[in-house]
Amino acid sequence: MPDKRHVEVSINGETYSGEVEPRLLLSDFIRHEAGLTGTHVGCEHGVCGACTIQLDGEAVRSCLLFAVQADGRQVRTVEGMTEGLPEGELHPLQQAFHETHGLQCGFCTPGFLMSLEPVLLEEGELTDREIRERLAGNLCRCTGYQNIVAAVKLARERVSAPASGANED
Amino acid sequence: MKPPVFDYHDPETVEEALDLLAEHGDEGKLLAGGQSLVPLLNFRLARPENLIDLNRLGSLTGIRREHGSLQIGAMTRQSTMEHSALVAENWPLLTEALSYVAHAQIRNRGTIGGSVAHADPAAELPVAFSALDSRVRVRSARAERTIEISDLFVTHLTTTLEPDELLVGIEVDPVPERTGHAFVEFARRHGDFALGGAAVLLTLDSSGSCERAAIALLGAAPIPVRATDAEQALVGAAIDEKAIAAAADAAIADISPTGDIHGSAEYRRDLCRVMVRRAIAAANRRAKGEPEPESSNGVID
Ligand SMILES: Cc1cc2nc3c(=O)[nH]c(=O)nc-3n(C[C@H](O)[C@H](O)[C@H](O)COP(=O)(O)OP(=O)(O)OC[C@H]3O[C@@H](n4cnc5c(N)ncnc54)[C@H](O)[C@@H]3O)c2cc1C
Ligand code: FES
Ligand code: FES
Repeated sequence: MPDKRHVEVSINGETYSGEVEPRLLLSDFIRHEAGLTGTHVGCEHGVCGACTIQLDGEAVRSCLLFAVQADGRQVRTVEGMTEGLPEGELHPLQQAFHETHGLQCGFCTPGFLMSLEPVLLEEGELTDREIRERLAGNLCRCTGYQNIVAAVKLARERVSAPASGANED
Repeated sequence: MKPPVFDYHDPETVEEALDLLAEHGDEGKLLAGGQSLVPLLNFRLARPENLIDLNRLGSLTGIRREHGSLQIGAMTRQSTMEHSALVAENWPLLTEALSYVAHAQIRNRGTIGGSVAHADPAAELPVAFSALDSRVRVRSARAERTIEISDLFVTHLTTTLEPDELLVGIEVDPVPERTGHAFVEFARRHGDFALGGAAVLLTLDSSGSCERAAIALLGAAPIPVRATDAEQALVGAAIDEKAIAAAADAAIADISPTGDIHGSAEYRRDLCRVMVRRAIAAANRRAKGEPEPESSNGVID
């Protein structure tokens, strides 16, 4: 049995530490050690995108990283999206998924949200084709993707437009 | 679907990594982006006793121009090169090839060195680097050497790197004036490994005839291959439909791709011909500075 290593991973701003085997996947650290089961695991070989998280702000597959590689780094998972919001309120991207029926069973949704959150901040217009390319790394077996494209558009509109009421004189 | 047990090493200097590699090279594996290796570990198709993680080696990252040539550190992420203005302006073939590699989440981790060292016959970057006559820089605790890309690939997932050698970087010479580029491929779904493809660089003389041609094929063999007969057929010719068709025929004359459930050998051969034709046409158009057609990726579908 190889030596365990001490790791400290900041997930959504909170530090989770533990002694782990080097072979422990980051996805399993997040789910089993940190108990954050919003991150889903589908294929464990990089294809489905269900396990997508953000590592230092970039969307990556957590099933293709080891927990020891996240030592001292910042991880963001789906649970972090509502942090700082009033109880019951959703992140604009989650709200848009909800309104446009961008999810059915919801298994793929956390991965889509983690992949697409950085897309909300991309400057300039995005064509439908470009939006589809942004979500091509995530598989969904239920929706047929149309409504996910619609959700991205709606959320981008809302995020780029000043929030209603904020500009009233 | 969990990786087997291994000893984990995360050296902080290249020298340390080379010593570890000298010690464990035979039963060890280097871990770069992990986007090819970790799936193999998860499936237990690979069971290295030691894993040497390169991710702390900051000195292996970065993209620079030195004496006109492009120097890419092995640990540079695919996404970094994809967004590099220096590369897009001067070596746009690489930018275009990257647009076909996997998905953004994978390119955020996958490295340029890993893409080359892994020697996947369906990968885009080895083909683009072949068309560009690139060189790879390699180090071991024993020595340092430079390998021409044409001497690097042996077969499917196999290179001429020794077990104790680390690929530290890739060098690409400047592309001549009046050169058009094109990377074209066909895959069942965007982001999948391709069934066939071609990378082309065409340099035109002032009269518009072809002065120099480089054509590299994806999916024609277990390694990237240069279609030298087709390249020679183009040199000196005015690039018209007839010349393009003749070059595409020449490109597939000697290839014998391996068929599998995704496509028979015959289908793949024909696909290569079509990819070469499209890539030459697009490179020619770009060399002449003609506008891009409306369709995807600047290449006619
Ligand atoms: C779902 C999915 C789809 C993909 N689609 C594509 C695609 O369409 N096209 C494509 O080209 N790739 C694709 N890939 C693979 C991806 O591009 C990989 O990132 C890349 O091939 C390997 O780079 P890496 O840095 O991840 O290498 P790793 O996985 O870390 O390593 C791969 C191999 O190279 C060796 N190695 C790595 N770095 C060095 C070095 N510096 N010196 C010596 N040996 C080294 C390792 O030991 C290992 O054997 C896909 C991957 C996934 C998961
Ligand atoms: S579980 Fe990680 S990509 Fe499928
Ligand atoms: S909502 Fe069921 S897989 Fe996407």
